[in-house]
Amino acid sequence: MNCIIIDDEAASRSIVSHYCSQLHDLQVEEEFTNAIDAIKFLNKRSVDLVFLDIHMPGFTGMDLIETLKNPPHVILITSDPDFAIDAFDFDCIVDYLVKPIMIERFEKAVTKTRYRRERTKTQRAERQDLAPTPVDGEMFVKVNRKLIKIDFSSMSVIQAKGDYVLIKTDGEEYKIHTTLKKVQEKLPEAFFFKAHRSYIINFRKIIDIQDSRVLIANKLIPISRTNRAELMDRLNVL
Amino acid sequence: MERPTLETIKKIAGGDFVFEHKLIAIIKWELPLELVEYHEHVAGNAFAKAALSVHKLKHKISILHMHKSYKFAERYEEELREGKATLQEDFEDVINGMSSFVNQL
Repeated sequence: MNCIIIDDEAASRSIVSHYCSQLHDLQVEEEFTNAIDAIKFLNKRSVDLVFLDIHMPGFTGMDLIETLKNPPHVILITSDPDFAIDAFDFDCIVDYLVKPIMIERFEKAVTKTRYRRERTKTQRAERQDLAPTPVDGEMFVKVNRKLIKIDFSSMSVIQAKGDYVLIKTDGEEYKIHTTLKKVQEKLPEAFFFKAHRSYIINFRKIIDIQDSRVLIANKLIPISRTNRAELMDRLNVL
Repeated sequence: MERPTLETIKKIAGGDFVFEHKLIAIIKWELPLELVEYHEHVAGNAFAKAALSVHKLKHKISILHMHKSYKFAERYEEELREGKATLQEDFEDVINGMSSFVNQL
């Protein structure tokens, strides 16, 4: 893991750096005496772990975390254990170390970070495994006394409209006398998602997501607040 | 008055004498700077800033293995945050003890 150390106190930086040098998989990329310089660095380079002092003049450690869009894993360094309670409001914070830091406690915090990294990697891999798989299969729908085959991969949006369901595909739109629930039962769960009580969408067709709407096949589909969290969880978000 | 010792520094260094000397050198350099900053804030009645300085000094106090003084510094830091400095003189004794010890290293 590559890491940086942010602490306005030289003795503290020196201790953390010394401990890092004793662990084979930790490389200190840079040390910073203030949060502003560290933010500039983090906007250009990515690191796996940040050792971060909470109390720094001007811009504090917490300010730094709030500033970063995707903060890396953070181990807080503090003289005040009471701050730990607030710290765990942030997902990126793995652990906190109280000064003066002892090597045993330091190693424990780094081990925790390794576990957290592995877990994050596994979750990403699971999402990626899901994403590239083609949407195999098809279903037949009755339209004007004919049974028409629709490939799942061509479907983008399925919309409930009164007693009918509109199935929008890459080239056609089918109006079928059925319920959204019945259609949903036929669809592969891994690729289709009920974004709203009137809409099912195909994950693979999403163009973008903004606030409470999904842009898919030139249509803006509303997402209910409760479903949005699940959708974000299922997407392969960097 | 509690006397500083090298016990914590030795524990941190874990038998690495090169690092032990390096850490002592850093403390010898950094402690006077922190004290200057602290005294400036106290002299200017900048209690909030003085509290931050004491917060920073607490690490040096703990590195020098002064447990009782650390507890005292916590109380003093809190007092400064409240805009008071009644413990200032007693804290001077703590920092004088630290300075004398560090100068002899």
